[in-house]
Amino acid sequence: MKTILRLFAILSILLAANGAFAAAQTLRFGITPAMARNQYALLEDWRDYLARQLDRKVEFVFCDSYLDSLDLMKQQKLDFAWLSAPAYLESMQQTDLLATPVYQGKTYDHAYLIVPSTDKSTRSLLNLKGKIFAYVDSASNTGYLASRDQLQLAKQDPDQFFRKTFFTHDHLKAIAAVAIGLADGGTVSGFVWDTLTLSRQDITGETRIVAKSGPYGFPPVVARHTLNKNDFAQMQNALLNMSKNKEGIALLRRINLDGFTSADSRLYHGVYQMMKRAGEL
Amino acid sequence: MKLFLNLSYRYKIPLWGSLLILVTALAVSISFMINDYRQLENDLTVESEKLGYSLKSNLFTAMLHDDIWRAFEIITEASHRASSNRVLVENMLLVDNAGRVVVSTHPREAPMLAELDKLSPEFAKIAAQIKQYPDQPSRTIYVSDSKHYYSLTRIEKDNASLGTLIIVHSKEVFLPLFAESALHGLSAGALILAILLPFNWYWGRRMALPLVQLAERMAQLGKKWPDDLDPHLYGYRDELGRLYEAYNLLLNDLKTKDALEIRMVQSERLAALGQLAAGIAHEINNPLSGMLTAIDTLKHHTDLDPRTTKTIALIERGLTQIKDTVAALLVEAKMNSRNLMPQDIEDVLTLIAPMGSKKALHIAWHNSLTDEVALPATFVRQIMINLLINAIKAASQQGEVACDIGIEDGQLDISISNNGKMLSPEQISHLFEPFSSMSEGGHGLGLWVTYQIVQQLGGHIAVKREFNDHMNFTVEIPLGA
Repeated sequence: MKTILRLFAILSILLAANGAFAAAQTLRFGITPAMARNQYALLEDWRDYLARQLDRKVEFVFCDSYLDSLDLMKQQKLDFAWLSAPAYLESMQQTDLLATPVYQGKTYDHAYLIVPSTDKSTRSLLNLKGKIFAYVDSASNTGYLASRDQLQLAKQDPDQFFRKTFFTHDHLKAIAAVAIGLADGGTVSGFVWDTLTLSRQDITGETRIVAKSGPYGFPPVVARHTLNKNDFAQMQNALLNMSKNKEGIALLRRINLDGFTSADSRLYHGVYQMMKRAGEL
Repeated sequence: MKLFLNLSYRYKIPLWGSLLILVTALAVSISFMINDYRQLENDLTVESEKLGYSLKSNLFTAMLHDDIWRAFEIITEASHRASSNRVLVENMLLVDNAGRVVVSTHPREAPMLAELDKLSPEFAKIAAQIKQYPDQPSRTIYVSDSKHYYSLTRIEKDNASLGTLIIVHSKEVFLPLFAESALHGLSAGALILAILLPFNWYWGRRMALPLVQLAERMAQLGKKWPDDLDPHLYGYRDELGRLYEAYNLLLNDLKTKDALEIRMVQSERLAALGQLAAGIAHEINNPLSGMLTAIDTLKHHTDLDPRTTKTIALIERGLTQIKDTVAALLVEAKMNSRNLMPQDIEDVLTLIAPMGSKKALHIAWHNSLTDEVALPATFVRQIMINLLINAIKAASQQGEVACDIGIEDGQLDISISNNGKMLSPEQISHLFEPFSSMSEGGHGLGLWVTYQIVQQLGGHIAVKREFNDHMNFTVEIPLGA
């Protein structure tokens, strides 16, 4: 029995080593709804840029939700992921903060409460009682948590306040749901809304921003806790140095970011408190 | 209508035919179009229900997880995809079993959680249908007086039903599609017309023209002799062909009868003239003989002075001329003569040959007599000489004269023809009269005498223009006359 166990242990080590070796070959980067994911050409260019900078193969993996990306990370199928703040806070045990995007000179994002542009009367979230409301993802801050926190602070039950809510699992889709009138209101990332306005004003023009809330720490890029330090440092350098070379700057402009910086977890304290209030931590 | 019925067959047959072809082509086109319309309706129904069926499973999962956005994406994508095909999807609604909208492609018109039967009267009808037939997996509903038709698909799996997918199609797609197929039908009809109408027109005229020509010719009868029917116009042996034949027979009979009548009138006139001439000749001959005898007696007196002698000679020459002329008028064929020998005919040739050679004529001579013929030689020779002299005179310089003589069916046939100046029908009708104004040169008694001789021999003389522009005199004398 002992020998069997020993054999099993050796096999596990070999498999793990094999996994580590594979990871050294390719770096896998999870792309989540945190960014405007509709520009596939941009993502390919960014991936190729990183691969050149790191002299490594880099793979971008599309994840349907933040929780999906966390699962993949646990399974060591992802090395990095661009997570939402709540997802990062929830997974702090398994992840390390790699870099935080800098948007308009700051490391903050806002939550936009939007309604269809035909709705001229709504002045605040509380006006939307009994309406249909679009969330992005239950692990999103600007697309979920921030609005629910406001309701809670206003002594409303977030689960009863709206007549119906649904998830679109993407900020862009949440904007679309409001724009076409599928939902009477929605909450989305200010960064994504602003970015979409640059290219698709026809969509954002169909929505009206009722309120902006925040600032909240910008969704961070994290690394798998088990990742070796070398890979971590390489990727961190590559991201932080993007704003220091021409090609990187051009890419950042297309992503609509100023750059990346290394921040610590205190940036997300506000989100942390909201999660506490919501009982999610 | 009467005006149409009075129209010539030339127009009536093609018009009737065209009308029938038009009606047939129209009827065929319309039946094709109706068929196309039904087929189209059926096709669209099938396509729509297929579309609903293809979405069923994914929508079931989305509804099960209350994934509104997923359901929305499914129906939106499908409606875009489908609308690029033949079916035009105007709206798609997913309703739950309580009849409330789960999601629709047009949320502003059919918002989430709205009661279906309160959306519009048409949707109320659809909602009633859904309630009425809860177990039908799929169905297409055509609401009368509506711009839409509806395809319903139950969202179910393993007998668990979550709701119904309603696909709202615009009937507007019908019209262009129908117009397209109608155009095909009509162009096929037009093609048929383009082929059949000219054919019908040709065939109709082909049928009508012989009738028209026949009618025209018949109308001319009684006024003048109609022109001959064009023998190429109708060469078949059907009723029309037989009508042609009958007409030709009738016309021939009429013409023969007419010619016979003319000939009879002519010969009666000539006979009367002959009798008159003979009567006058007899009446003149008797005193004339007396006068000539008296003159002769007077001449034998020797005591006549020169003046008287000259006068008597003058009177005698005048009386002799009268006698000659009367003798010429009074043809007596009853004088005894020997029978005709083949050599007599050759003698005639010898006599007239010098005249012919003066005009450098070609004389085609064909004498088939081999034996003695029981006819008076003198008269036959006279007939031949008269006719040949006329022929030679009439023939053109270096022209042609033909003479053919032989025996057939117990009669002597003489045929003498020449080219040259043609005689008109008017001239021919008076040709055999004495002192005919038609005769050029001579006193015009040659043919009269000839005619009289032939008559007295019980024969027949005729003249006609031949096709090759020869004038041909034929004489037939029964043997033994």
